[in-house]
Amino acid sequence: MGNAKGISKSPTGIEGFDELTLGGLPTGRPALVCGSAGCGKTLFAATFLLNGARDFDEPGVFVTFEERPVDIVSNVASLGFDMDQLVDEGKILIEHIAVDPSELEEIGDYDLEGLFLRLELAIDQIGAKRIVLDTIESLFSAFTNPAILRAEIRRLFDWLKDRGMTTVITAERGDGSLTRQGLEEYVSDCVLLLDHRVHNQVSTRRLRIVKYRGTAHGTNEYPFLIDEEGFSVLPVSTLGLNHQVFDERISSGVADLDAMLTGGGFHRGSSVLISGVAGSGKSSLSACFAEAACAAGGRALYFSFEESAAQTVRNMRSIGVDLQRYLDAGTLRHIAARPTFYSLEMHLAVMLREVVRFGPTLVVLDPISAFLGNADQLEVQAMLLRMVDFLKARGISAVFTHLMHSQDGASETDVGLSSLMDAWILLLNRETNGEYNRELYLLKARGTSHSNQVREFVMSDNGIRLIPPYLGEGRALTGSARRAQEARDRRDRAQREHQLQRQTSIIEKRREKAKAEIAALQVELEADEMELSRMLADEENFQAQVENDLAAMEKSRRARSGE
Amino acid sequence: MQDQTNVTEPSEPLKLVLYVAGQTPKSVAAINNLERICSEKMPGKYIVEVVDLKKTPQLAREHNIVAIPTLVRQLPTPIRKIIGDLSDIEKVLVHLKVGE
Repeated sequence: MGNAKGISKSPTGIEGFDELTLGGLPTGRPALVCGSAGCGKTLFAATFLLNGARDFDEPGVFVTFEERPVDIVSNVASLGFDMDQLVDEGKILIEHIAVDPSELEEIGDYDLEGLFLRLELAIDQIGAKRIVLDTIESLFSAFTNPAILRAEIRRLFDWLKDRGMTTVITAERGDGSLTRQGLEEYVSDCVLLLDHRVHNQVSTRRLRIVKYRGTAHGTNEYPFLIDEEGFSVLPVSTLGLNHQVFDERISSGVADLDAMLTGGGFHRGSSVLISGVAGSGKSSLSACFAEAACAAGGRALYFSFEESAAQTVRNMRSIGVDLQRYLDAGTLRHIAARPTFYSLEMHLAVMLREVVRFGPTLVVLDPISAFLGNADQLEVQAMLLRMVDFLKARGISAVFTHLMHSQDGASETDVGLSSLMDAWILLLNRETNGEYNRELYLLKARGTSHSNQVREFVMSDNGIRLIPPYLGEGRALTGSARRAQEARDRRDRAQREHQLQRQTSIIEKRREKAKAEIAALQVELEADEMELSRMLADEENFQAQVENDLAAMEKSRRARSGE
Repeated sequence: MQDQTNVTEPSEPLKLVLYVAGQTPKSVAAINNLERICSEKMPGKYIVEVVDLKKTPQLAREHNIVAIPTLVRQLPTPIRKIIGDLSDIEKVLVHLKVGE
């Protein structure tokens, strides 16, 4: 867009700023950097100049009206610049213009041609493309005639523009106006405002682009950072909702937890919230996530706001998770910082910067509730929303832990975060019969069907295991109660088996007895049958004998009378 | 106070350097005014050098000159600087501590 209008840009080499302005500062034009004392104006200007000389082959002149050249060299040395070397190489020239008002008397008309001549000499000497005027406003305290000064400053800016110098002018912030002397009237192309605010005793540096002609720019305030790695601006608000979506699964490092999800894990790019009370195993579970990511060949970035790296490693070793080897291999990075160390914005900014630099596949924030101590809930939520969006846009999975202060109404988080999260694991510590047992609920897992059953969360030397609880009689039991109930069940079962055996043998015997009785009756019956048939046979014989006898009698009787 | 003891030294001449930049109206006016002051008010007691910074800009850096024209009283010490076209002769004299 800027290019279409013919504005070319000179990169500042300041991380984030060039992205924000789509290329840097306007080439060949003056840019005004204003802000109150100590907000980093000089460092911004110096970084612009030094990066130009070192990385973009654009020599530069640093015109200082206040600080001595020696001080400037030592100031930028703290940002990792070797200014002396660049001076020796003829890439940087420091022009110190000191005007002591006490030895000056103004009589009649004058101009600042001497300044012009000196700048021209300096520019020509090294073939400068960039120039910094820090802080030109101090001329106003040296000369008493503001009309002349204003005319001369306007002429100076025009002259620099004609010479095609990319210029950074620093100016002190005034009451109700951007600069004390109204310099913004003369610089129409680019005005940046640096700010330094303290909220709850934590200070944040912020940068705002007030004006940038010919460039679409964000109007938000962006936090920036000055540290040993230089000046970096962190555009945290320019993110849209255009996440990539992944079907790929990532392991949680706990096989039993993966098994609760159909598909064997969470989606890549998911944001997982682990909430629980103190000591419920949040950090351990999130360390498992980190280990699993590293084991799968990814990279994990672990932000801890409570524990140091060494402490985390030691604690995790006790449950059989060895993080040290991944730290050594460079695939795991552990960053520990107290929440009060920076402001919320700055934390976010630092985290985003680290994410961009390290390129992890998984990010852990442990715990996010630590921020609630020194910031407003809404701000925390806004920050996390940006963090979640940022990570999602890059397909980075995220694990957040959240410390709950009470288990009452366990499905509420203090930060109202649940809607931001794709998955929510709730860890509870329940007291039953004089012992605490850890329980794990999978409350939510977007896009994945999952078990909704509570699991007992057991940490041992061999890692984390999830044990299905004892279910029955309308309740779920865990811990010793589960074990006791299971033992009772085993006893009951044995007893019943025993009883069944006894019953079976009794019935068996009874059956034997019945069979024996049946056999005896059978024998009796057979005997009766035999008796009966013998009697019948006797009766037949008797009848036959009677017939025979009768016939014999008749025969003998006929013989006597018939003759 | 110390200034005055130095200035009242009768044998010491004033050493003045006038820095100009080319033939701009202000530079020309300053040269003319200075010549008049010197010849009228303190004849024989001065050495004047005119430096054109257009020709020797490195002297602007060496002598830390910002405004043009600038008149520098190098002797007697301490160094005093007057900027402007020196149109107010009385003021110039007061400032150079001449004629006291």
